[in-house]
Amino acid sequence: MELANIEELVEKYLNAETSLQEEVTLKNYFKEGVIAPHLQEYESLFCYFANTKEEIFTKTIQLETKKPRGKKLKWLSVAASVALLISVFIGSQEYEKYQQEKTLAQVSYALNMLSLNFKKGERAIAKVQTYENTINTILK
Amino acid sequence: MKQSDFLKIVFPFKNKVFRFAKRLLVSTEEAEDATQELFLKLWKNREKIADYKNIEAFAMTMTKNYCYDRLKSKQASNLTLIHNNYQEKETSLDKKIEYQDSVNQVHRLIQRLPEQQKIIIQLRDIEQYDYDEISKIVDMQPTAVRVALSRARKTIRQELTKTHNYGVS
Repeated sequence: MELANIEELVEKYLNAETSLQEEVTLKNYFKEGVIAPHLQEYESLFCYFANTKEEIFTKTIQLETKKPRGKKLKWLSVAASVALLISVFIGSQEYEKYQQEKTLAQVSYALNMLSLNFKKGERAIAKVQTYENTINTILK
Repeated sequence: MKQSDFLKIVFPFKNKVFRFAKRLLVSTEEAEDATQELFLKLWKNREKIADYKNIEAFAMTMTKNYCYDRLKSKQASNLTLIHNNYQEKETSLDKKIEYQDSVNQVHRLIQRLPEQQKIIIQLRDIEQYDYDEISKIVDMQPTAVRVALSRARKTIRQELTKTHNYGVS
């Protein structure tokens, strides 16, 4: 590319009148490195443009939101609350059973005592009966 | 629309979206987040975007708006403050420091331009969109785009010539 041509293009470039094709021509001229002294100030500009275009987005695009984790947590909390409910339920049942056994033991103990004392009374009554019988036989 | 179809459509311009976001948000991390967020938005609206003729231009407009929102939010404004004196890391280190300095200088000069000129320079000189597409993305008349672009290029040229003549470059 002739120097005069490049100068003209630079002028047009500054006035924003160049086409995309002409801008590519300019970029190529400055990339080649053989630059006229009075145009050297533009070198860094066009090199910067070329360099910047090489920068790329290196991460992968994620289209799924991070919902799954939240969902898992939700299910976990549901499971935990269900487990808590069940354990409370079973616990209360067990406690009731224990309470029942306790009262049964108490009641049977009380009844035992009653029957024991009752027997004592019976024996006493039996003795009285014997006395009565003897008295009756004597009186007859 | 299946996921693979969608990716086929958006894949060609994901780098453009990323670079555009980086131009506006400055930090690479912010730009990566923005790109990710943007494609998620597009994916959610996949039924609608099928109707658009130029999905790429639409995506770029969305990027611009999204980045503006980010910049307006307090969090992002803190980030820009931190990254104001940030150095362009990507230009390879083995090149001459002198050369890197001048390239960095261009980066700084562009960052210093008004928001709108910055966007237009990015779209035209780096991504090579034509004027019709740019005017669609930034929602301006093509002639206004040309004027802004010319102004931006001349500002950069002026600054470059200044440092070049001082021999500081």
